[in-house]
Amino acid sequence: MEKIICVCGHENPVGTKLCGKCGRPLTEEAKMSKIVDMKYDGAAIRSKTRNKSIVDKIWNFFSSVKVGISLIIINLIAASIGTIFPQEFYISVSTEPEKAAYYEKTYGSLGKLYYELGLSDVYSSWWFQILVGMLAISIIVASIDRGIPLHRSLKNQRVKRHESFMKRQRIIGEGSITEGDSSNTLNLVEEKMKKLRYKVRRDGNALLAERGRFSRYGPYINHVGLIIFLAAVMLRLVPGFYVDESMWVREGEMRAVPGMEGYFIENEKFILEMHDNQATENQELQGVNVVAKNYQTNAKLYKQTDDAVPGKDDDLELVKEYSIRVNHPLQHNGYSFYQMDFRLNEIKAMNFELTNKETGESLGAVSVDLTNPQNEYVIDDQTKVQLLGYYPDFSGFENGEPQTKTPTPNNPAFIFKMTTPEKPEGEVSFVAIQQTIEPNGDNAYKMAFNSVETRNMSGLTVHKDSSIPFLAIGGAIFMIGVAIGSYWNHRRLWVEQLEDGSIRLAAHTNKNWFGIKKDIDAVTEFAHLPKYIDQSENDDAEKEKEGDSTL
Amino acid sequence: MDKKKKRSITRGAILVVLLAAIVYTVYSSATNDKVKVLQVGDKAPDFELVDLYESGLNHRLSDYEGKGVFLNFWGTWCEPCKKEMPAMSRQYATYKDQGVEVLTVNIAQTEFEVKKFLESLDVHFPAVIDDTKVVMTAYNINPLPTTILINPEGRVEKIITGEMSEAQIASYMESIKPEQE
Repeated sequence: MEKIICVCGHENPVGTKLCGKCGRPLTEEAKMSKIVDMKYDGAAIRSKTRNKSIVDKIWNFFSSVKVGISLIIINLIAASIGTIFPQEFYISVSTEPEKAAYYEKTYGSLGKLYYELGLSDVYSSWWFQILVGMLAISIIVASIDRGIPLHRSLKNQRVKRHESFMKRQRIIGEGSITEGDSSNTLNLVEEKMKKLRYKVRRDGNALLAERGRFSRYGPYINHVGLIIFLAAVMLRLVPGFYVDESMWVREGEMRAVPGMEGYFIENEKFILEMHDNQATENQELQGVNVVAKNYQTNAKLYKQTDDAVPGKDDDLELVKEYSIRVNHPLQHNGYSFYQMDFRLNEIKAMNFELTNKETGESLGAVSVDLTNPQNEYVIDDQTKVQLLGYYPDFSGFENGEPQTKTPTPNNPAFIFKMTTPEKPEGEVSFVAIQQTIEPNGDNAYKMAFNSVETRNMSGLTVHKDSSIPFLAIGGAIFMIGVAIGSYWNHRRLWVEQLEDGSIRLAAHTNKNWFGIKKDIDAVTEFAHLPKYIDQSENDDAEKEKEGDSTL
Repeated sequence: MDKKKKRSITRGAILVVLLAAIVYTVYSSATNDKVKVLQVGDKAPDFELVDLYESGLNHRLSDYEGKGVFLNFWGTWCEPCKKEMPAMSRQYATYKDQGVEVLTVNIAQTEFEVKKFLESLDVHFPAVIDDTKVVMTAYNINPLPTTILINPEGRVEKIITGEMSEAQIASYMESIKPEQE
């Protein structure tokens, strides 16, 4: 590999700005400048060293700060587009045409366009994920590209730096000491800097005092946190890591829990309670009459024994009994059951009276339990009602056969055969809500509708997110990195005693020049050092922005 | 030179790993609903359900190993389910003796409805009711009818959603017929 050989004899990789050993400027640019660029301490950024193979080209693309910032901006724009209208996730319709209709109806033609462009589900779109992925690559590559050379150059810092390095620092000073014995000066500097909690190293007539070096790692720690965070989000896609399923359970029903193998949930009761106050002024303004006080599902969670196969439900053991309320999900093994929806008053049983049409006299009551209809309902030895057919959601006849369009009892219909002492051969009647058909002509009896029994239904979601601890760790590391990079700074002071006993000093900090000047003021007074100057202040142009060069 | 090569390989490896992570993310979120679903070639999840007519008779899938199983999920409200049933019944009569079992799974309806429905169609094959929808969940059944063909080794041979014609049913049963010794 090509090397740049410094005057001092040290070999530096191509792209190095300041010699890794003595600090002499190596590039023309660095030689010309009055104050050297101390980013990465002058080490060669890896991507700047070679640019040949395709791998290098891709690498260099992602390590570029310009590309990184562009990616951040593109990601921000894409993410904010997703907040213009609610995402599909928050809309309570399930099928595609319903969604399309919803966006058009609610938000007009803009909404339609929004849906058609796929912006209604932007965070799951492939291009958004690729954008986030590219940002992640950029963060990782840039961190490796810059972090490793920086780490190396910080670790291998020489105490003694060349005059040309020292003179190009922002804070410099040169001259003889103001009073006392010059042979003791470096000892005094060391003593004071140690008191100021600097780490001091000496090499012959040179001294390096350094403090807060770890703050240079802040941005990289921050990046590590960010990557853990993104990885945790990605982990959600791994089966079993993230479960978000919904289910309906009627009162009295037991259902297998989707996404939670071997578990069953039973809904014992759904309770909806309302406040019984008079409508307040605000309520009236909002057109609200009653306000819910409590939504509650009394649920029982069962588990199958481990070796059991699905379907054999005679060996279930009760795991937990819990009243699911708002903010009080049933929790077990990292799974939470939340109550998301409910439906009231689904028909559970229908009560009829076997009635003589002419006299209105009842021969007895028949109650059909829709969860378990029977073949016949016996009233006495001469009177019985046979159930020939049951259609939970009657939708009309096809070839003379009654049809049901769903398994839900929204519009229950029955075919009864009524056997009475008067009509021992039986009379057939088709009974639906507000509809009776008597296929064999005029019947003497009818099944008079009396009352219904209803039950409620709870809409539950099963939720599990094992990525939360990783998200928390990633977030914490991120914040620690931000804090380290923001509240600490890397201060260095180089002092060299020249042969004639005079002192040359230079100082650098990545931020907070005020702070380092205070330290140098103290040591100047203590060790009687020559007065220093701030070269950038003399320029009268505060070019360096505070907090700009955190890397 | 060695160092240079090593670095190129490291960089290449890092980029490949990161690229793979993105591809995986995009792929699995695009197929999010499909990953959980049973795939052809998977071991068919075992289950056990009680026979519709004989309460002492349990149908356990693993008991049918060595036979082809024609597993059909249906409901009485589902029109195509109803249409394909007579053909299934006829073909079952033919393939029954050749080692093909038909098992029809009704999704959580009442015994009364299921019995009346099968009687009215005059079809004859083993039927079970999945009361708690556990088998439906395990097989991730979405549209009805769905038919799962399970070969004699107990693996999923094919998943068919939607109505089947009689010729199709016959060829499906043929495909899971165990080889005669």
